[in-house]
Amino acid sequence: MAAPLLQLRGIRKSFGATVALAGVDLDVVPGEVHALVGENGAGKSTLMKVLAGIHNPDTGAMTLDGAGFAPRSPLAARRAGVVMVSQELAIAPHLSVAANIVLGAEPARGGVLSHGTARRQAQAALAQLGREDIPLDAATGRLSVAEQQLIEIARALALGCRVLVLDEPTSSLTSADTARLFTLVRRLREQGTAIVYISHFLEEVQALSDRCTILRDGASVHTGPTADLSNDAIVRHMVGRSVDELYPRSVRTPGEVVLAARDLACLPGVSAAALELHRGEILGIAGLVGSGRTELLRGLFALDPVQRGEVQLALHTGGRPTPARRWRDGVGFLSEDRKSEGLTLDQPIADNLVLPRLPRVFRPRDLAADAAAWIARLGIRCAGPTQNVGQLSGGNQQKVAFARLLRNEADVLLLDEPTRGIDIGAKEALYHEIDARAREGAAVLMVSSYLPELMGVCDRIAVMCRGELSPARPAADWTEHAIMLAATGAKAA
Amino acid sequence: MFSRVHLWFKTPRYLVLKTLRSSLANAGPLLGLIAISALFAALRWETFVRWDNFAIILQQTTVIGIAALGMTLVIIAGGIDLSVGSLVALGGVVTALLLQAEWPPLAAALAGIAACAACGAFSGLLITRLRLMPFVVTLGMMGALRGAAKKLADDQPIYLMDDTWLNRLMQLQGPGSLPPGVWLLVVLALLVAGLLRFTRFGRHLTAVGSNEQTARLCGVPVERVKVCVYVLGAAFAGIGAVLQFGYLTIGDPTTAVGLELNIIAAVVIGGASLTGGHGTVTGTLVGALIMGVVANGCTKLGLSNSVQEIVTGGIIITAVALDRLRHRGSE
Repeated sequence: MAAPLLQLRGIRKSFGATVALAGVDLDVVPGEVHALVGENGAGKSTLMKVLAGIHNPDTGAMTLDGAGFAPRSPLAARRAGVVMVSQELAIAPHLSVAANIVLGAEPARGGVLSHGTARRQAQAALAQLGREDIPLDAATGRLSVAEQQLIEIARALALGCRVLVLDEPTSSLTSADTARLFTLVRRLREQGTAIVYISHFLEEVQALSDRCTILRDGASVHTGPTADLSNDAIVRHMVGRSVDELYPRSVRTPGEVVLAARDLACLPGVSAAALELHRGEILGIAGLVGSGRTELLRGLFALDPVQRGEVQLALHTGGRPTPARRWRDGVGFLSEDRKSEGLTLDQPIADNLVLPRLPRVFRPRDLAADAAAWIARLGIRCAGPTQNVGQLSGGNQQKVAFARLLRNEADVLLLDEPTRGIDIGAKEALYHEIDARAREGAAVLMVSSYLPELMGVCDRIAVMCRGELSPARPAADWTEHAIMLAATGAKAA
Repeated sequence: MFSRVHLWFKTPRYLVLKTLRSSLANAGPLLGLIAISALFAALRWETFVRWDNFAIILQQTTVIGIAALGMTLVIIAGGIDLSVGSLVALGGVVTALLLQAEWPPLAAALAGIAACAACGAFSGLLITRLRLMPFVVTLGMMGALRGAAKKLADDQPIYLMDDTWLNRLMQLQGPGSLPPGVWLLVVLALLVAGLLRFTRFGRHLTAVGSNEQTARLCGVPVERVKVCVYVLGAAFAGIGAVLQFGYLTIGDPTTAVGLELNIIAAVVIGGASLTGGHGTVTGTLVGALIMGVVANGCTKLGLSNSVQEIVTGGIIITAVALDRLRHRGSE
């Protein structure tokens, strides 16, 4: 093994009383893909922010090429060759591709921009990625998500990048784009760049990385070649105990139909959908990003207008369907976008939890106590019901959004990507809750892009393709391959 | 199922520090008020620190304070209403006209308030039905309502023959007592604080101001809440209008020009966020008092009006900047 390019020793970082990093060691060698895995709250994001110069560690030392490395700002880290591409894309949509690539480090002479040098740098970065086909003058906002991500990586390379940190790069990518990203990562590896790859998807870690470091509760608990680690071993290190059954499947007997839709159209996303949801079952909806699944759920929940067809709800107690009436009738909705739609981030947990069902007059103390009970029940890591939801990790935020449905005694749960962007521990908790609800007779409609999850959790699966929903078939009748075929609209051979 | 319960309650020492820091953040405007008052007190002890001077400060703050209570609700709900100055004028004109027409004082006052509330409803409907920006809509209403007030009053103040009890609402009564208008402000402040803290409507409007999409998802009737909030804001401006009329004893269509900025400043100094979701009644009252104290103190110091305006503007900027810094630190 080559000498480490980047070394972190004993990194500690606290925010007030919260210990984010409790002594982390990390070695990154040139020309390797080093995976970093861990639950949310384990310290991955904080560690990478320390590396990228966004936070300063309280104690500990970092060395780059043997010399001390203590960047004061992201630009300093970038100039030293350490760049992080975060999950939320950091591009300026109105600027051109070339402008985005040199953003923050524009070549200038006496304050005047050197256009020629900038274009050459941008072109060289794109060439290094093998994507000279992207026009330098295109408006970056018009490119696809995958291409925008590519521009960010190009920005990292433009100044010369030796350590590239990719934080959950595939969460918004289609599988075709993911494959292209992998090719790119391997290409960079051949060129000698060290890549730190953070991901929740263990199949990606297995497929792509050479070595793997696992964080738990702010400390590195294991480092070693990925080939020596099975998925079960990784998860065991992450959660500290063996996870024998990630997808619980209790014995459930489907009951009567509680939700039915016939020939439903909710433009622009849904052109023809028909489904029947039974008590005690979990119906999964697979499909590509943009196939209309979210629009279908929003139409069922009366958040968006329905153009054609009717949604029949067994529990409906009259009146034109509105979200308020849906909550009242025992239907709950979990948005796929918890940050901008699912939760009010600057408000306390209690306020988020109780919003759909509030008495006209109340004592705030009672609401806080009610919220505290739900916090305990779902094991939400927080400082209390008055903490702002925005300060929680992704998994705990999702638990708050889910607890809202439970508190409302939802009998029909409409879940849109319930486990997106959350860690294994929180996923496990949610699967157990969903399974328990179904066992008690609730009906669950779940949209998911993660095929193992659909196959593991759902009783029946339907596939949405370009606005049309296929008939639902038992999960046992599907394979991941068959789902992908149906989702892309190809006919099986 | 779930065997481990994760409740990270912080250590007692940290809890104490956190409570201190957050009450410092909330008490920031109050500390500012105390500091400014102390400054003027030190500079002009005999003329500033007297009961009748405090009564004058409270009297001068009442109209802005009451209108600011309504504005607090509007701003927490994520909106803004620039027409409140014009509403104060319009409400006074309507009340005066009805008194001239021999209406009983209470009926005339209620009609003035109702007229303002109706204008608020109109603004609210324009904003929700046509999906126009509140800033733009209420800016237009500001001009239109001012014009309406002038037209109704025939471009001159409305003088009244008889005295009514409305004129005594803002009258300084004598040593040791406050005008009834000030007590009305206190009662209304308690009502609004109660509304925000203990009622569903209060939570709904906070949610709408914090994240409208989430509120909609949770079944909050967003459009209805917004219209109600604009009606309330305008109604409170109407109450302020009646008090202003009582203070002036004439229906003056040119009164309260620019008052909306002072009203909004009071709410913002008090710690409310213009993007919505945050704001308190105590903060607003403190904000209104700060501006009242500054106006009074500057007069005692013999500073001209223009200097007063510069000082007030500086205080607004300082107050908001300090408040932001404090909030960022306590996160």
